[in-house]
Amino acid sequence: MFECVLLVSKAKKPIPVRGIFAVLALLAGALLAAVPPAAALPGSHMKVRAIPAFARKYGLPCSACHTAWPELNNFGTVFRDNGYQLMNDRDSPIWQNPSYFPITMRMTPNWHLENTTNQQVDSVPGGATGTLVSKTVQVNGFDLSGMDLWTAGTLYKNISFSLLPSSDNTGAFHFENAFVRFDNLGHSTWFNLKVGKFELDNWISEKRFLFLSNNGGLYQTYHFAPLGDINGVGIGDNQLGVELAGHSANSYTRYSVSLLSDNDGNVGLPSNRGYSVFMAFSQAFNGGSQGLQRIGAYALVGQQPTYFMTSSTVPIPGEGIGNKPYYRVGFNGDFFLFHSKLEILPLYMHGYDNVYLGIGEPSNAPLLSYAQCTAPGVCRAPEWNGGFVEAHYYYSPQLVMIGRYELIRMSQQALSTNPGNQSNIDAYSIGYRWYPIMFSRAGLAFHNEYSITKSIGIVPLSGDGVGLPPLAANGKVWSGSLLIGFDFDF
Amino acid sequence: MKPRVELLALFLGAALLMLTAGAGPCFAQIDINIHTVTGPMESHIGDVTGHSEVGRQYYRRFCIGCHGPDGDGEGENAKWFDTTMGFAKPRDFTTAVFECRSTPTGTLPTDQDLFNAMTRGFVTTNMPQWRPLIPQERADLVAFIKTFSRKWETQKPGTPITIPPETPINIESILRGRELFSSLQCWKCHGPEGKGNGPAAATLTDDKGNPIRPYNFSIGDRFKCGTSNEDLYRIFMTGLDGSPMPSFADLIQPNQAWDLVHFLRTLQPMATPEAAEWKTYASAHGKEIKPIGAEPPGGN
Repeated sequence: MFECVLLVSKAKKPIPVRGIFAVLALLAGALLAAVPPAAALPGSHMKVRAIPAFARKYGLPCSACHTAWPELNNFGTVFRDNGYQLMNDRDSPIWQNPSYFPITMRMTPNWHLENTTNQQVDSVPGGATGTLVSKTVQVNGFDLSGMDLWTAGTLYKNISFSLLPSSDNTGAFHFENAFVRFDNLGHSTWFNLKVGKFELDNWISEKRFLFLSNNGGLYQTYHFAPLGDINGVGIGDNQLGVELAGHSANSYTRYSVSLLSDNDGNVGLPSNRGYSVFMAFSQAFNGGSQGLQRIGAYALVGQQPTYFMTSSTVPIPGEGIGNKPYYRVGFNGDFFLFHSKLEILPLYMHGYDNVYLGIGEPSNAPLLSYAQCTAPGVCRAPEWNGGFVEAHYYYSPQLVMIGRYELIRMSQQALSTNPGNQSNIDAYSIGYRWYPIMFSRAGLAFHNEYSITKSIGIVPLSGDGVGLPPLAANGKVWSGSLLIGFDFDF
Repeated sequence: MKPRVELLALFLGAALLMLTAGAGPCFAQIDINIHTVTGPMESHIGDVTGHSEVGRQYYRRFCIGCHGPDGDGEGENAKWFDTTMGFAKPRDFTTAVFECRSTPTGTLPTDQDLFNAMTRGFVTTNMPQWRPLIPQERADLVAFIKTFSRKWETQKPGTPITIPPETPINIESILRGRELFSSLQCWKCHGPEGKGNGPAAATLTDDKGNPIRPYNFSIGDRFKCGTSNEDLYRIFMTGLDGSPMPSFADLIQPNQAWDLVHFLRTLQPMATPEAAEWKTYASAHGKEIKPIGAEPPGGN
């Protein structure tokens, strides 16, 4: 019944190979038998990107641009930095067959399990009068990821674009990115201007990484906010604005400066009229037989409103006022070893939010007027340090093992009365992706991942659990995800 | 929560199953089993030594789609290269015939020639610039592509030609070059204005019989084998083996080759010293300039 076909290019006829899907079916069956049934599932993150439409356009296999798709290698980075152009005077659409349409679809049918401890649960299920107790919540089952419907490429020589309507797993769409980019201004690779909604120039991209599960499918560092903080900006979120970027011919040296509307990428100007600035710089070095080595630094500096103008007490969208500053600053690296077979990705970030953002109160009143600021010095600007080390081992272009350890440590709580370790996070991920096909038309990956986070006193960023912090202020919440899925794009 | 042992076991079990059952090319629709004909090869690019055993993995990652598992230019994408749009077919490494060389026609290129070709790519084709790969990786690839032909075991690369100092750029040199362009019948392929549209252009094929287009000088500053005047000189004197572009080493003298270089620069869209000289001359002597390719009265 199950049969896969091996078409060896030099073979005269297809060679049937039986058994692989049968093994997978047995595996799925074993998994079903081993875990109990469950209820609702939180949405998976799964925002990663790859564009086989480009592979189809240029005839290059996925592995030419990706270490393991969707993560870009340096060749793919240069291609993207050049505005999705190979720079061979054949990038303009005029050189393409008119029937070519650069569109990519991506989705991941999967089975996943989410297990979250220390959740506030009614002592009597369904009982309105029951008391809350701490319990473990576990859900599992077959599921879908969201879907990407991505088109990108060149409008003309040195004018490129990207348009990415993306849905959650219920089919509700939003624009994940949409921009036009003017490339190689003044015939220089050092000046490229992008306008629209786009991913910040994070060298370690969360949109192109290799983790998919609820707990592993995001960098905690890129989205973290301490308990009670009202600053929702994350450098992992695509932002609206304009970006000036440049690079050397081989993209060893790269820079970008972005001016962003401080709405965290949300359309319709819902927040305020403030702007933030994101800057990134990286430099790569020839590591000889080890591979390419890169170091970089980045900073996001902005402001967020602490309250809104109102009409009959109703906040007026976009009229956020009482802006207070915040910043995120750090450095990162990308190191290859053993003929580029092992990749190590370290990142460090320091975060700071103004005290009013940290305690979530309007800035039009003195701190001591707020009940939680019981004495001078109790309310302070929250600060924290975060980072991770991620490792990929590329056994071949078709098999990659992945792992990551991430941590966040509060260095100063917004309220000195809070436990010192409140909001701290430790996150662990391990897995692999196997690409049974590797050519220039489409992509398929068998994805297997186990990720687990420990967060203290806060709701896990994965969204798993009941959405409430643990009953104890310094209660530990372990949230684990096991995901097995087929990640495909065309 | 402590990680549940049974989940971890299932996860690792699944990993083990997949590794043992099919981490190989079971599903692959391209043959990733590369077939070479020689033993291990080395390349020497300056201080860098490339090794074919390492280059194999890069070939599989970057090159196999076009050049194929046998290195014969019959990769899965080769058939989709539209020669009517000017896209040349991928290079066949099994013949060890290469267009861009510093060595005389009919000889093997140097390692540096292959390295340079890989680095700059080929304009107007799907062969990209592989500059993003570090030199060691490119050197490893150079070593590897030599394993597709036994010629690399039995022959040595040719001796690079000597390029004499460039002659002065002046209108006399340009006019002599223009005369050579006409008398050597370059225009029959490249066209009277160098646009690649000469009367013979549509009939040209490479040595495998695939249609191939002559270079269009009017579109940019990159030639197939470089960008500089020296690169252009080298193309005349070595020829582009495997293509209809012959070597003129036995037909013209070095100073004549420089004259041709100076003239061809006037056909390009950039502001070159040659173009400035020609513009000045043409504005004063426009009516005296005989069109290239025009048949003289009486057919002589």
